[in-house]
Parts: sequence; C-alpha cells; structure tokens
Amino acid sequence: MIRKRELTFWERMYLPEIIRGVALTSRHFVRNLAIHTLHAVGLAKHRSAAVTYQYPEQPRPLAPRLRTRHRLTLREDGTPRCVACMMCETVCPARCITIVAGEHPDPNIEKYPTRFDIDLGVCIYCGYCVEACPEDAIRMDTQILDIAAYSRAEMKLDLHELLNPSLRKPVKACSLPFPHRCAVRGDPHAAGPEQPLHGPIFIGGDVTRAAGMEDQAQQARQIEAPHPVPLPSGEREKGEGRGNG
Amino acid sequence: MPTLTIDGQQVTVPPGTTIIQAADQLGITIPRYCYHPGLSIAGNCRICLVEVEKAPKLQIACYTPVADGMVVHTGSDKTLKARQEVLEFLLANHPLDCPVCDQAGECELQNYYMDHGRYEARFLEQKVKKSKKATPIGPTVMLDQERCILCSRCVRFTDEISKTSELGIFHRGDHAELDVVPGRALDNAYAGNVVDICPVGALTDRDFRFKARVWYLSSSPSVCPGCSRGCNIEIHYVLDRPYLADGARVMRLKPRYNPAVNQWWMCDEGRYGYKAIDRARLVQPMGRTQGLSPQGTVPSADSVSHPLVWDLAMTEAAQHLQEAQTRNQLGQWGVLPSPQMTNEELFLARQLFQERLGVACDGRVAERPATGDNFLMTADKSPNRRGMAAIFSETTDQKGTVPQGDSPLLAERAAAGELKGLIVFDHDLVALYGEAVARTVAQRVFLIYVGSHDTATSRLAHLVLPSAVYAEKDGTFTNVDGRVQRIVKAFEPLSGARGGLEIVADLARRLGAAFPHTTAAEVFRAIGASVPAFQGLTYETLGAHGAPLATAEAVTV
Ligand code: SF4
Ligand code: SF4
Ligand code: SF4
Ligand code: SF4
Repeated sequence: MIRKRELTFWERMYLPEIIRGVALTSRHFVRNLAIHTLHAVGLAKHRSAAVTYQYPEQPRPLAPRLRTRHRLTLREDGTPRCVACMMCETVCPARCITIVAGEHPDPNIEKYPTRFDIDLGVCIYCGYCVEACPEDAIRMDTQILDIAAYSRAEMKLDLHELLNPSLRKPVKACSLPFPHRCAVRGDPHAAGPEQPLHGPIFIGGDVTRAAGMEDQAQQARQIEAPHPVPLPSGEREKGEGRGNG
Repeated sequence: MPTLTIDGQQVTVPPGTTIIQAADQLGITIPRYCYHPGLSIAGNCRICLVEVEKAPKLQIACYTPVADGMVVHTGSDKTLKARQEVLEFLLANHPLDCPVCDQAGECELQNYYMDHGRYEARFLEQKVKKSKKATPIGPTVMLDQERCILCSRCVRFTDEISKTSELGIFHRGDHAELDVVPGRALDNAYAGNVVDICPVGALTDRDFRFKARVWYLSSSPSVCPGCSRGCNIEIHYVLDRPYLADGARVMRLKPRYNPAVNQWWMCDEGRYGYKAIDRARLVQPMGRTQGLSPQGTVPSADSVSHPLVWDLAMTEAAQHLQEAQTRNQLGQWGVLPSPQMTNEELFLARQLFQERLGVACDGRVAERPATGDNFLMTADKSPNRRGMAAIFSETTDQKGTVPQGDSPLLAERAAAGELKGLIVFDHDLVALYGEAVARTVAQRVFLIYVGSHDTATSRLAHLVLPSAVYAEKDGTFTNVDGRVQRIVKAFEPLSGARGGLEIVADLARRLGAAFPHTTAAEVFRAIGASVPAFQGLTYETLGAHGAPLATAEAVTV
C-alpha cells in the first residue's frame, strides 16, 4: 500500500504550485505554437510538435505489422486459398473460428471451407491463426480497426466478409463463385447456434409445442392423486442440462 | 524356449516368435508399417530394422525368428540411422498433403518422422505423379495413390481376412501403385477395415471424410449393438463443436481389439450403424391423455398427442399401473422387454414388473429375418438376446407368469383384446406384426412405449417415454457366445431422453417400491447375486474384454 505523502510546507502554501502548473502548460503551448508556425514557413522540420488526429476523418497511420481485421486470401479463380485444414481453428486460444469443410472438385486441392466464421467479438487478435496457417490463406493485414456493431451476430465475419474485406454485415448479395453455406441466401446450416439433427418429434398430428410446459410441471406437482402415488418434488426437470454441453 | 535380450531386458518366448512380437511383450515398440499382428508377414517396409549382435547387417524385426541368446538393440545409432533412411525413401514420392489429409494426427508416417526424421530434405528430383488422387474405390473407401507407402496391408487384408482379393499392387519400382483389380470395386462387407489398418492416409473413410480433424475426437469404449456378435468398438465423438456434422455427436466407430470376439475387425454395417444415435430420436415424453384419464377407457389412436414433462408422463404411467393393481387387473397387463436393452435394464424390468407387480413379461418376440455370414456378422440383429434369455429364464421368486412354449404371444393376446395394458420396450410392433395388428393393439390396450427412436409404434402409443441409446448409458450386453461385455456411457442422453435404468427405477419409486440399487454397477452386482448365469461377474472382472457367463453353455436361446 502506498501511503499518502505528507505535503511539504512549500506545497501547503498552495499558490506556488498553481503557478508552477500554469507555467508548465504555457511552456508546452508556446513551444508547440512556435514550432508549428516555423513548420508552416518550412523551418525546423526536424523538430516535432504535438498533433491531434481528426479521427475518423483523418485516420492515424498504422504500422504495417499491426494485427487488424482478418481476411482470407484468394486463388486466381476467386476461390479461397484456405484448404480447411483447421489448424487455425485448432490453435485459436479464444475458439472463435468455425470451419466446416467440403469436397473440392479438383482432387489436387481436395478440401475447402464451405463455412468459415470468425467471431470478432471473441477474438483476442493474437495472430496465432496467421502463424498456424500452412497455406498463407489467412492474414490480419487489412488495416481495418473499426469493427463495432450493434449486435453479437454482426460481430461475426463469415466467408463473404473474410474474402472481401470491404464488406461488412448486412451483406446484400452473395457473389461467391463456389458452393458454400450461405447466410445471405439463407441456407439452414449457414450460421450458428447450430441445431442438432433430431428435432422434437410429435406423434398423432400437429401440436403447437406447448408453451405451457411450465404449467404442466405445476400441474404435475399439484395433482391430488386419488391413489397414494408418491410425487417427486419436480425439481428434476430444471436440473437437466443438455447432453451436448 | 529361447531366451533373448532386447535393449538389456531378458525375455523368454516360444520358439518361432519374431523379434517384434517379443519386443511387444516387453512393451518395447519397434516402428512398423507392413507388419500387422492379424495378417501374414510381408517384410517389405523395412522400418522395423533392428541391430542383432553377431549378425552381419540389420535384421527386420517382423520376420526374424528369435534364437536363444540373441542380443537385440532397437535404439542403437545404426538402427536409428536406418529408420531415418527408410523414412527418407518412403517420403521421396510422398505428397505434402497433411493439411488436407484425413489421416493427419493418427498417421504413422507423421509420427515416425517426428521421432526419427531427417528434417532437411535433400530430394531435388521430380516426384513421380500417380494416377489416382481422391478417387473412390468402393462405397466406403477413398484412395489416394500418392500417399500410399505400398506396405500391402490392405492387399493382405482382402486376401486373407475378407477373402475377396479386390486390391493389388500394379507396375514396378517407382511407378508401383496400389489399385483395385480392374473391373471391380472394394465393396465387401468388411471393406472399412482397410482404412483402419492403412498406416497412412492412402485409404480414407468416405463417410468420415472431412467431418472432423482426428484430434477433435473423444473416445469411449463400447460394444457394437448391430448384431449379437458384440464386436468391441470405440465410439469417437465430438461434443464441443456441434457445427461439424450438423449437430450429430458421434463421428465414427472404430473396432477395438478383443482376441475372443472380433480381433481387430468389424463389419461395415456396424461401423456405419452409429448414425441412428443422432437421427430421428425421441426427445420429449408424449401422451394422448393429460393428467388423469378416465380409468378403463383407452384414448383413441387418432386423438392428438401432447408433449409432456417427465414428471407428468411418469405419474401417468404409475397411475395406470396403480389403478390396475387396485382393481386386481395386473394379470391383464403385459411387458415386452427387448434384446436391445442392457442386462441391467432387463433385470430391473424383471424385478419390477415380474417379481413385484406380477405382470407377464414376454421375451419371445418375433424378429425380422436377417442374414449373417461365417465371419463376424450374425443373423440376429440384437445385441443382447442371450442376456435376455438368461435373465428371463429365471423362474424363482416371481409372481408373474413367464409365457413360454406355445402359449399365445403377448402381442397376439393384446390384439385379441385379452389385455388392458402393454408396455413395449424398443420394439416396433408395426414392423414385427404389421400395421393392422399394431393398430388393433393400440385401440384395445393402453400402450406405453419406452424407446429411443421415433417409430411407427411410438406414433401409435398412448404414452411415449424416450430412452437413451447405447452410447448414452452404462451397462453390459451378452453376446451370441455368452460373453458379457461392458458398454460405457460416452455422453449424456439427449436432453429430454432418460436412461432405461432411470425410467424403470423412477417408475418403481412412484409405485412405492424403490430399488436399493440404481447405478448400472450396483444393478449388475445384484444380477450377479441372484441370476446363476451371472454369478461371480462384476464390472471389475469383466474388464475391457468381457467374460463368459458362468453357465454359458447351459443357457440356450
Ligand atoms: S487472432 Fe487469435 S483469437 Fe483471433 S481468430 Fe486468430 S487465433 Fe483466434
Ligand atoms: S490454417 Fe489456413 S488453410 Fe488451414 S483452415 Fe485456417 S485459414 Fe484455412
Ligand atoms: S499420409 Fe500422413 S504424412 Fe502423408 S499426407 Fe497424410 S497425414 Fe501427411
Ligand atoms: S493403401 Fe495403405 S495399407 Fe494399402 S499398401 Fe498403401 S499404405 Fe499400405
């Protein structure tokens, strides 16, 4: 714990310290004003003065190696270089990459991603995916920093946005020249959360799925059985987690 | 018997044993590609070269018989250098396919190269292009000739095990290629095994292809429920990446070595039978009545069925049985247990229905005819008929009658209107007895269906209790030879389904007759204590490979 330092007598006098502060600020102001004036007339170029970037109208220059929004590199025919080897998905410490592989018509390529999502809301920008890729298929060199969105779903990049860094959700039309799980065209498996194959199965015709499940549970608890049927507490239903956990 | 020294350890083995087998006994693993304990010895891959003292040059461990006083070094400089050189040759024409190769992660070429490789390549020549890349050679297997290291395991498998000889190695030298015999396809009933024995990614499984990387898989030992042989398997599943196979949890099955049952193999029917685990499952109890039904009347089969919470569904089942009990009508109820159930579930069902309630349980259920072969597959497509016979052949200490011999089948009695209620486990009455009979049954008796899958019977039933499949529960199956084998729960039942043990035990509790034993291990101990055929068996004595029934010969099906 840092103890608060006792003020010296001079500091407790108050005014001298105020004057010292004003002097410091004025010195910077005068210095910057002077140097900027000299710059304006082409002098003292080797001396730098403080600047304010008018972001976002005037973006700050970024270092070329800065890790920024991901992109997937392309082959000449416009298909991704990615071979869906899932190295990046495996190495990603945030587990924000989702890849589903498909069969490529060319047996010399063999495999390609039919779905490739990166959840930027989860990504920690470590760059491991880029390091792990054996095909130079994923890069973080778009220099795009502004990835804010209004919903979690919009923070996810899918194939369209990864292959074309200028795109951002909502993507209006799909222009990818190869088969893929397309959220734009509305494929059922295009985006998570994924539903298991086995849906609820009803017998004997249509029933609207009981919104009254809770009522039933209540009812079960309240039935005054005409026989001494021991009724359980009814707590089990709540405690059950999904098998897929 | 010759005694030899391998890496300083002495071992005595029967004459005719090879060095690699002797080393395996000591737990020393000598690298191997062409050697497979289930196949004849080819000795062509040369990776198993070891140094034998006093021999002029290195010897192949897979084909050199041991001799008394032999001194073998498996880790000497000379041996390691030889391995490195063999690997260099094997990789001369090998493509750099690992990123797209399904074998990556379980590839022996990768593994041994990581251990013994020469990491700077010095091969400047052009690689020889082979003709087939990613080419299907049968309904289940994909061939990539460039990845093949010509170990000939697959050729020997088709010659010696499946005896179908579809595969061969053609051309010579650099241009040698593995291929199917012209005009044929690799389509025998055991074709999938070549994928397991291929040490590299030359033969891959078309079904598993690209579904998941092998390092995503978790594994759990089990027994194939596809037929009464009970081949030992491993269930490979993924729970944490549900997008990989559109929500399916199980990715593939692999055979597990059991010298007494299936050795290293399994049939393709069983191998691809896993798909049922995640398809068309029942995930919600359903009922045609809600709460209390007017006693004695059977709801119409055309009435609408509602989803129920478990509590309500179980209460209703219990109330129907209790009602029958108070009216002294339990003699007009029946239970059809199924050979798909584990020994534990069958035993608990016997205890509850037959012994405590006195409800007749009929194990004589007609099965659809199927065919077996003279290798692994049997004609009986249920995994536990032997166990069911053993458990229900016990007649001591039970009130209920066990319908036997030529007395009418329970299902027939139900159709004839002699019964008031019928509890069906797993069976599909429609498939067994036809649509008309099943409909009649559903019109005349209160039909409770306990099963995992959506079938024509589950659609007819008045009360449906969804149960777990074999991958979702602990237990044992008894195979056709009377061998009791463990199945291990790989993952929890789908939400909405419950284990069979849990369902029967819950029902017993609601009827005021709770069991002292609930977990599968406890129930199995109870079976060992009260069914003579299972005497002395516990999960510990079963181990990984199972154990025969105490009276394996006495119980006939
Ligand atoms: S930068 Fe790191 S956290 Fe983000 S996707 Fe790549 S590996 Fe995952
Ligand atoms: S590591 Fe590269 S090639 Fe592999 S899946 Fe990721 S982006 Fe594609
Ligand atoms: S066979 Fe093995 S070494 Fe060859 S590409 Fe496949 S994983 Fe890589
Ligand atoms: S395909 Fe596989 S098993 Fe067959 S010879 Fe080639 S490497 Fe061996």
